[in-house]
Amino acid sequence: MPAFLLYLVHTLFPPDTRQPTELGADFMILVTGIGIVYILTRYKKWRWLWREWLTTVDHKRIAILYLIAAIAMLFRGGVDALMLRTNLALPNVQPIGALEYNEVFTTHGTIMIFFMAMPFIFALFNAVIPLQIGSRDVAFPRLNAMSYWLFAFGAMLFNISFVVGGSPNAGWTGYPPLTELAFNPGPGESYYFLSLLIAGIGTTITGINFLVTIIRMRAPGMTLMRMPMFAWSTLVTSALIIFAFPPLTVALALSLLDRTFGSSFFTLGHGGMPMMYVNLFWLFGHPEVYIVILPAFGIFSEVVPTFSKKRLFGYTTMVISLVSIMFLAYGTWVHHFFTMGAGPTVNAFFGLSTMLIAIPTGVKIFNWIFTMWGGRIRITVAMLYQMAFIPTFVVGGATGIMLSVVPADYQLHNSYWVVAHFHNVLIGGTVFGLLSGLYYWWPKMFGFILNERQGKVGFWLFVIGFWVTFLPQYLLGLEGMTRRMYTYPFGFGWHELNVISTLGAFTMGAGFIALVYNILWSLRYGERDLTGDPWNGRTLEWALPSPAPEYNFARIPVVHGVDEFWAMKEQGMTLANQLRPQDVKALELPKNTGMPFMLGLSFFVGGFGMVFEWWPIAIFGGLGVVACLIYAAFDYDDKEPLPADVIRHTEGTFGRLQA
Amino acid sequence: MSTPAVSERHQSIPVEFADEEESIKITGFWMFLMTDMIIFASLFAVYAVYRSRTALGPTPQQLFHLGPTVLETLLLLTSSFTVGIAVWAMRHNRLRMVFGWLIATLVLGAGFVITEISDFVSYMSQGATWHVSGFLSGFYVLVGTHGAHVTFGIMWAITLLLQLRRRGLTAVTRRKLFTFSLYWHFLDIVWVFIFTFVYLSGKIA
Repeated sequence: MPAFLLYLVHTLFPPDTRQPTELGADFMILVTGIGIVYILTRYKKWRWLWREWLTTVDHKRIAILYLIAAIAMLFRGGVDALMLRTNLALPNVQPIGALEYNEVFTTHGTIMIFFMAMPFIFALFNAVIPLQIGSRDVAFPRLNAMSYWLFAFGAMLFNISFVVGGSPNAGWTGYPPLTELAFNPGPGESYYFLSLLIAGIGTTITGINFLVTIIRMRAPGMTLMRMPMFAWSTLVTSALIIFAFPPLTVALALSLLDRTFGSSFFTLGHGGMPMMYVNLFWLFGHPEVYIVILPAFGIFSEVVPTFSKKRLFGYTTMVISLVSIMFLAYGTWVHHFFTMGAGPTVNAFFGLSTMLIAIPTGVKIFNWIFTMWGGRIRITVAMLYQMAFIPTFVVGGATGIMLSVVPADYQLHNSYWVVAHFHNVLIGGTVFGLLSGLYYWWPKMFGFILNERQGKVGFWLFVIGFWVTFLPQYLLGLEGMTRRMYTYPFGFGWHELNVISTLGAFTMGAGFIALVYNILWSLRYGERDLTGDPWNGRTLEWALPSPAPEYNFARIPVVHGVDEFWAMKEQGMTLANQLRPQDVKALELPKNTGMPFMLGLSFFVGGFGMVFEWWPIAIFGGLGVVACLIYAAFDYDDKEPLPADVIRHTEGTFGRLQA
Repeated sequence: MSTPAVSERHQSIPVEFADEEESIKITGFWMFLMTDMIIFASLFAVYAVYRSRTALGPTPQQLFHLGPTVLETLLLLTSSFTVGIAVWAMRHNRLRMVFGWLIATLVLGAGFVITEISDFVSYMSQGATWHVSGFLSGFYVLVGTHGAHVTFGIMWAITLLLQLRRRGLTAVTRRKLFTFSLYWHFLDIVWVFIFTFVYLSGKIA
């Protein structure tokens, strides 16, 4: 027995994970875990947690679950970033060593892309899309819950690697041969492949779900060209997900087969070819950057008209540019590895296709500016993020164009220039967009408004911090500092810029704290949104109370044009006392189910077993997956009636029912 | 759903699309097939790149036996026909016929899987495991992924038979049978590509 325990401790907590930071993290997790269990037990909330949240299939609740996960992951990824910046602040000063530095930049990148940006985007999709297109739910509510739990357990599997067994350490892209078993024996990379595979299934399902929702479930009269622009960007993003995630699945699965079952895809011997992985990965990876940026474009296209009190300029060109970005996104993946040596013809093609993307993106930038032109602009936090986005994204885009010039790329490849460029577009584009959307739709999700004053403090901290962090990194790149180096010597002229960059990173951290403080403060003291339309909005989601009742629309609206809700208000239709009692019909709502949670849990158990190659556990998890699927196949009891009286009562309390 | 508009639609389109909610699920299934198609496309691309990377192992020409693969082709193509008849019977409300042809599909599919496994076993007994070369890795994973899909389809068909026995032909079971047939035809098309692109052209090269 002691020998068995010794083996267990040695496998789960190998010596290189027994670092002060990791033991600290272990302790924090233990304390937080015990705290949560204590609170749930003390206030008898277990049943509430299971029935209201863990089994929910309501898209509005799933949105909140996604958002909580995304903010938690933003914290984890942000702490990683601060550890990296601390290590680089001064030459030859290394609070964390080289090996741990590798782990931290790997988890920083992976978490920020897959477990922060993606769920944040899905939170907004879930919160907004059915309301915006006048639908009662998404097309497949149970699959929606399944997506969430696959994502959540995938994220959990990835995050426990830090304390159990050791983190992945081959970068967020996980290139072979560095991820091959011969060069990277610990469980870290297996964690990476398995958790991304599990979360990736969830993401693919989300793509299918929202594509079908938008194609099939729009309110009568809402033609494609009358859809709100956020719905358009969701449609295009979903299509990108459907075509981009399968190559990632293949790349990850083949790597896993190499590691765990001894195949020879990306090995150096036996006819393997590591560059094949790189191609497959970026066949996903390049569309992925549009998967995370297009929703932000959609958010800005909602925020700008609302706060400029003007119709969106150039609706049709906005749609055309979205769709052309979608197609171009698949033709640029080689620009991530011009230095592979594919030859001048191939490189020229991919350089040109990359430059082409600047055209539709430029069209969108001009359209937002022209929407603001002559409008009655209100400077809210959502609008501020949009206004910061335009110059920031233009700089990020321009440096991207510089990288698409192949000879220049040979110089800049793998330097801090690249690091600065993609943070410039990912933070300046995606994160600014998501924060703008968060402030904009927060009242719709939660029924109260985030404090604007505190929001502005957070905004300035975050935006100034952003520029202070990444502007020096462009210069560092030009001075030859390469990506992923864990320390550097004196005398290269890098240390002043690095100190500045680190200060900026901590300023961004302060911006994050301001955001969390704002959320907690507003939860208690924030202004309640009683009208459902706090911003004088233009699209259908603002026609509903905040938060929307679980059936969304008591009566599905008929749409006559773009900005339907604005047109309604122009015609003097107030929503109070509009609905006639006899128009309310009984509905069927999807019924809550524990299956998606159990499915996620089974994947988690199976994945954990595979990471350590403990086959009984892996098989047990696999059987759990099969059992969940069989249960789902035979479960016909998936609907719950909602009587008309209940709807009338709810609408009555919102003051929307005729007396 | 019994509004006049729907029953009019009912006349002109196949019965499995008559119910709005089930018809949305069919759209969703098409989208799923699209993702699966990209999975196979990626695996085909991988195979195309690795085909010549045989290292010290056998080349496609030395390895493949055409006999078993021709048999597999016949079995799977026939099963695509039988599942088509099962759908035809479903549209004409002939439950017993649906059972019969679905079971025939299942048996043919099982025959396909067994032939494929025995083929793989014979390759591996000659020492041609996927560890040996990039070509063999690409081959086993591409063809094996297809075989795993067929195996999953067989299990799906079994659960479908049980549901049909319990519930008969309802809007839900009709849609499930129809999506199963889409899945099965899809696998058949993929097999046509595997047979041509992997086995036949492997024999020629």
